[in-house]
Amino acid sequence: MTDVDSRRIDGVGAISVLRRGMAASPELRDGALYTAAMALAVAGGKLLIPLLIQVVMDVSITADGVRLGWAVVLCAVAAALVVGSVFLGKITYFRLVRTAENVLLGLRVRTFEHLHRLSLAEHTASKKGVLTARVTSDVETLTQFAQWGAIAWIIDSVQVVAVLFIMAVYSWQLTLVVLVFHLPLLPVLRWMQSRQLVAYENLRTRVSDTLGVVSESVHGVEVVRAYGYREQMRRRVHGVIDAQYDQQMVAARYFSLVLPLTDVFGVTAIASVVGAGVWWGGAWGVTSGELVAFVFLCNLLVSPITNLGEVLDQTQTALAGWWKILDVLDTEVEVAEPSTAVPLPTGALDVRVEAVDFAYRQGGRVLHGIDVSLPAGASVAVVGETGSGKTTLAKLMARLADPTSGRVLVGGVDLRDVSAEDRRRSIRMVPQDGFLFDTSIAENIQFGRPDATTGDVEAALEALDLTDWVNGLGAGLDTRVGERGESLSVGERQLVALARAHLADPGLLVLDEATSAVDPETETTLERALERLAAGRTTISVAHRLSTAERSDLVLVFDAGRIAEQGSHDDLVARGGVYAGLYRSWLGGTRSPGTSREGTAR
Amino acid sequence: MRRGWRLVRRSFRAHSGAHTLGIMGANVFALAVVGFTVVVGRVTDEVIVPGLDGDGVSRQSLLVAVAFITAVGVIRGVSIMTRRWFNMLATVRTQRTWRRAVTDQFLDVPLSFHYSRPAGQLLAHADADVEVATSMLKPLAFSMSVVMLAVAALVSLLVVHPLFALVAVVMFPTLTFLNRRFTRAVEVPAARGQAAVGEISGIAHESLDGILVVKTLGRERLEVDRFAEAASRLREHRLAAGRIRSDYAPLYYSLPQLGIIVLLLVGAWLVDGGSVSIGDVVQAMSLFSVLTLPMEILGYMFQEIPRSVVAMDRINRVLAEPTELHPDPAAGELTGSTPGGSGVVGPVVVEFDGVGFSYPGGPPVLSDLDLRLNPGETVALVGATGSGKSTAVALLAGLVPPTVGEVRVGGVATSALGPEGVTRTVATVLQETFLFADSVRANLSLGIEVDDDELARALAAASADGFVAELPTGLDTVVGERGIMLSGGQRQRLAIARALLRQPAVLVLDDATSAIDPVVEAEILESLRRPVGGDMVGGRPVGFDGPPTLLVIAHRMATIRLADRVLFLEGGRIAASGVHDELLEVEAYAALAQAYEMAGGPR
Repeated sequence: MTDVDSRRIDGVGAISVLRRGMAASPELRDGALYTAAMALAVAGGKLLIPLLIQVVMDVSITADGVRLGWAVVLCAVAAALVVGSVFLGKITYFRLVRTAENVLLGLRVRTFEHLHRLSLAEHTASKKGVLTARVTSDVETLTQFAQWGAIAWIIDSVQVVAVLFIMAVYSWQLTLVVLVFHLPLLPVLRWMQSRQLVAYENLRTRVSDTLGVVSESVHGVEVVRAYGYREQMRRRVHGVIDAQYDQQMVAARYFSLVLPLTDVFGVTAIASVVGAGVWWGGAWGVTSGELVAFVFLCNLLVSPITNLGEVLDQTQTALAGWWKILDVLDTEVEVAEPSTAVPLPTGALDVRVEAVDFAYRQGGRVLHGIDVSLPAGASVAVVGETGSGKTTLAKLMARLADPTSGRVLVGGVDLRDVSAEDRRRSIRMVPQDGFLFDTSIAENIQFGRPDATTGDVEAALEALDLTDWVNGLGAGLDTRVGERGESLSVGERQLVALARAHLADPGLLVLDEATSAVDPETETTLERALERLAAGRTTISVAHRLSTAERSDLVLVFDAGRIAEQGSHDDLVARGGVYAGLYRSWLGGTRSPGTSREGTAR
Repeated sequence: MRRGWRLVRRSFRAHSGAHTLGIMGANVFALAVVGFTVVVGRVTDEVIVPGLDGDGVSRQSLLVAVAFITAVGVIRGVSIMTRRWFNMLATVRTQRTWRRAVTDQFLDVPLSFHYSRPAGQLLAHADADVEVATSMLKPLAFSMSVVMLAVAALVSLLVVHPLFALVAVVMFPTLTFLNRRFTRAVEVPAARGQAAVGEISGIAHESLDGILVVKTLGRERLEVDRFAEAASRLREHRLAAGRIRSDYAPLYYSLPQLGIIVLLLVGAWLVDGGSVSIGDVVQAMSLFSVLTLPMEILGYMFQEIPRSVVAMDRINRVLAEPTELHPDPAAGELTGSTPGGSGVVGPVVVEFDGVGFSYPGGPPVLSDLDLRLNPGETVALVGATGSGKSTAVALLAGLVPPTVGEVRVGGVATSALGPEGVTRTVATVLQETFLFADSVRANLSLGIEVDDDELARALAAASADGFVAELPTGLDTVVGERGIMLSGGQRQRLAIARALLRQPAVLVLDDATSAIDPVVEAEILESLRRPVGGDMVGGRPVGFDGPPTLLVIAHRMATIRLADRVLFLEGGRIAASGVHDELLEVEAYAALAQAYEMAGGPR
């Protein structure tokens, strides 16, 4: 993805964003027509009044007396036109909203869909928030722009041009006077508005500072109390609140200056038009009606100019957001499904990893020439330091990403030739974060196999000896797990994930163990369930506990993207290498002498 | 409505100067707006018509006209500036006042307040609620000048001709009515739309957060459907709001134009009869073209009142919470304070005397708990999850008061010491390590005065000296949320050093070594049993009688074995006490010990 961090997009950039955007959202073309009609309706309705005043004053109310009939006819025509503009405005406005919402809906859903198709390599922890923002806040920025900014662009620019055109028809000399008095406003306005933008950006930083410190005072409340840090904390909180206040007042400076400034410019323009118009108007052929109309027209010039200045900044932000969304849509999908699929055999599956390299699109190589063969039904533990590549290997086996070179064969079939459906039925990965959806336990387990019944769920729990555990929860199977499953402990979330995997009955099970602490009681339940789940399947565990390695048939020791040692636990300990060192330090720290390997305490 | 006024009065009383100036500016603005239309009308009659249709005007009267337009325009500009600046000042000051009050309250209420509410809710009180509660103050000054504007406008029209005033009397209430109808009508779809935005963002967060699970389960299609459904709902609500807006907006903005047309027609007739001049008609027409904005502002304020009042209620509920008692600091003072911050020289005795505790509305967590830790003794507190271990720690640390009974440190009840008093004697390392987004140094000292030697000693004792030295700027490296990410074990070691720095008479470790390598953990525990405060002379510490009284909660047998004595907590009371090997006779304890053994190992 190209990175657009700069909020500013220049003219050329804007056009290329528009072209890409049009291609991505064909609905936009319909919108153009409505927008044009709408602009005409609204601007037309506004401009009618000065025109009417001019005509009535010059034709109907003359020095020679009033011709009432003319006035009635003119006013009736004008009223009819105003009513017409109301109806036109009503219809076009709604059509415009509908087009905009259709475009946004399409864009939002397509982007979300595309995000889900991307390989997991794109979904690193650090990028998650950014990707989520693409379908939430970035689209919302576009929405706000569509609701206000885009409409303002059309209507206001049409209004400015139309006002200047009518003025010029009345008197080009007076139009020049108006321009001369408005031109200096433009740079001043731009300057102030850009300063205002900076002030608001700084304010956003201050606001997040305040939130950060207040959040510390809330999340760290126990430390604050336990260490008598209360008064210092108070000073810090007040400090950021005051800093936010100061920045708010800096922003208020521009807020209270911009509008009056344009107002004063507008008034000076009116004063000069009146002065010049009365003094030289006779010579320029200006009538009294035209001059009064000029005064009204001047009022119609100031507000669109101010609006356009504000909209310009909003436009840049919106275009940048649009660009970012389009970039997501342009990111190619790496893990492509096969056109003709080779079926996977049933039962436990053997795994062959042949000369596999893997490198992330951004960032370096993680796996170097991995060659390993795992027999069907074996339990394999993968150990190694964080970042040694053991989790990446696990992901390749579940085809959450494809190797950069080399291949992974499961049941003798290259994973790239296995259909998505087959892969999901026969290969199941249990990720370590134990993420659950915010619904009941039963439903979370049911996700393991879409056609599973409640009976199947109960059977899976029974098979893993988890029935007692579920019954012990507040509402049994109907217990809500909360956001991300956070009402449950890490260990309990894994129990749900195991039951879910059992329901799918895969031939290859890839387990990524949790690194965070699991309370001892749950740990016991977890180990028992794991043992039962693994029976009759090939199991690959990314192990963070050596006890897992101890129990497995084969241990792979990873170091810097390569397999440093492999063999059974006993062999490796006897060999006295890396693994033996790890094992010794663990033993020394946790087991008392005389405790048997099965861990009986007495 | 009345509660809205109460909110305004409260803000007004605290920041009356700024409010008054803002409202004054707004009223001057109202007069200037009407004044400007009068000037335009007069200029039409006195200068424009005679100048272009008549015999011409003198240079002097033309200059006077130009000067008048400019002057009134400048007054109008300055009044806008005054209104905006002072009204903003009053609003922002009110925000600051309320924000400080709310955050002060967070610091001063008892911990049970924090335990009973999610942190996100508290943050919302300090942020969004204060923002929304003050949002009705933003249009306040302008709204307060609408009455003045209406009176001035009506008077100026009456002076010209009663018929003009009549058109205005029909027109403006209609506009107000339309505006109210519109804001009410759009309220429901707007709120639904807002909720849908929240729903969409919830789905996006959940789905992308759990992308790994989504992919392993093959739920992509279902997730996209779920998202598309919510997005379609949002579209429906937005379309509903759009339809209402398209019904009202063109009508609303066209009504003044129709009014002007009526004025022109009536004006032409009256000019014919000779009762008004052309300038009078121009004046009335220009007044009509500027009166829609005040109506909108008034409508905005009415729309904001209920939202603000509800947010204010939430703030008030926080402010109404009773704050924690601050006992007279001198009353419970054990002895004079030492440079390290500890009030006591040497270890002290800790006693729980018939202590019971329950959270408000909950079942008892601890009941009738009696225990005694002798000075300098190392005691392990063991019990199953939910047996009340962490509650006992919270009681000893003075974080919560016992519901019944008494906790005594060095013979003085914690209730008499007060929260601050307890912290001078007891240092607690909590289960969840919390680091502030600040330097290592600030995180360790947390406000007390310490020199680098003391810091170095505490870090060494907690086996944290090694990795701290390797941080980019050592002790000054910013850690925590926006700084360097530390591993769980490193964070725990910093937390232990933080406690040791206080040379506590009583040290409490609540599962504070769970993420630390067992070998390192053993080293740390060994060094804890030696005090770090005094200078070492000939291998013996000076200034202390012995090591601090140490209470440890741990899940590793190696840690538990280090204790002089083990207290086995079951069902909120002490079920057994003694050294580890003796306790193995107790069946429940033995079962727990076996579970701990099996779970052991580096994580």
